[in-house]
Amino acid sequence: MWQHVLTIFIASALINNFVFSRYLGLCIFFGVTKRMETAIGMSFTFTAVMLVEAVLNWAIYNYVMTPYHLGFLKIVIFIGTVAAFVQAADTIMKKVAPALYYKLGIYLALIVTNCIILAVPLINADENYTLFESMGLAVGSGLGFSLALTIMASIREKLELADVPKSFRGLPISFVLTGLIALAFLGFSGMITL
Amino acid sequence: MSNELSLGKLFKNGIFGENPVFRLALSLCPAVAVTSGVKNGFLMGVAVLFVMTMTNVTVSLLRNFINPKIRIPAYVFITATWVTVIDQVMSAYQRAVYKEMGLYIMLIVAFAIILSRAEMFASKNKLLPSFVDGVGMGVGFLLALVMLGIFREFLGKGSLWNVHILPAKPLLIMIMPTGGFFAMGLMMGWLNWIDRKFFGGTGGGGGGHH
Repeated sequence: MWQHVLTIFIASALINNFVFSRYLGLCIFFGVTKRMETAIGMSFTFTAVMLVEAVLNWAIYNYVMTPYHLGFLKIVIFIGTVAAFVQAADTIMKKVAPALYYKLGIYLALIVTNCIILAVPLINADENYTLFESMGLAVGSGLGFSLALTIMASIREKLELADVPKSFRGLPISFVLTGLIALAFLGFSGMITL
Repeated sequence: MSNELSLGKLFKNGIFGENPVFRLALSLCPAVAVTSGVKNGFLMGVAVLFVMTMTNVTVSLLRNFINPKIRIPAYVFITATWVTVIDQVMSAYQRAVYKEMGLYIMLIVAFAIILSRAEMFASKNKLLPSFVDGVGMGVGFLLALVMLGIFREFLGKGSLWNVHILPAKPLLIMIMPTGGFFAMGLMMGWLNWIDRKFFGGTGGGGGGHH
């Protein structure tokens, strides 16, 4: 069983990387990678929220939704859980750890309408993963996303100095760059067969 | 103010002036994810058009009943309801396509473009302008997806809407994940170039919105 969890972890971090092969979280990916500091803050917040969300939604899906045949409501329920959790985390963090709140609080607000946070419980529900497999997927995806953010942020800091054609400045060149990194990540695809 | 805005102008705004994908750079994930073929892109575009229009209409109808303090959660739940509808319909009638892109259909709920139109437009305007705005934005999104789909499917598979045109596959990479990013970057750069060359715009690479 642990071997399967490890497989899911590695597969979701490298082979099915959320950014480079599942195309999720692109808005955040292009939005926060202008500076390294924000990219790192974002990575921490996302990985933590994804792990908690995966556990929470796994419990709701398996103990509430499946017994009562409410599977078709999963979109509404999952987004409700995410919104409620983020709001709670926001309030608690402000009270308990103000220093941390001022560092990471702005990212929390962005999380509610973000596709990768919602994608983790949806994939877990579709694949009928066990609790530990769900956690493996969440941590793997979170670290994979962090890796993508870090790579992109360090490249874009250099890109500031490059002489890019006028029409390609800003987002277009970032897309082409992402394509090149995705090409490199394609090399991982033969590593594990799920 | 809403009376002065002509509906035709509003419709055009969604397609050209503020095209969700190429101009506002919102909701990029599905734009890259499902456009490996024209058909997938088209169906995704139709799904978004439906959700967009219905959300705008619902928000506009309920705008006087929703307490401003909880408006964002309320909009999210309205969107989620309509996404569930289209999700059920798609999984019943387009089984093969749904298998490929079901996840992205469900994730329409997290689209920034839908929430931002509900917040910025539908919550302040009457039913008809909101409806037209939703349709305009939806059609703009649909056109962007179909354009990308044509570009990628033709180069990657040598076919259009699964009909073979070329005997060979000129650029296989275009239908792989990598090609999606390339196609998107090239298309955006090209549109910026057209904008600068012929319309005297600034053409400075898309918005930096979330």
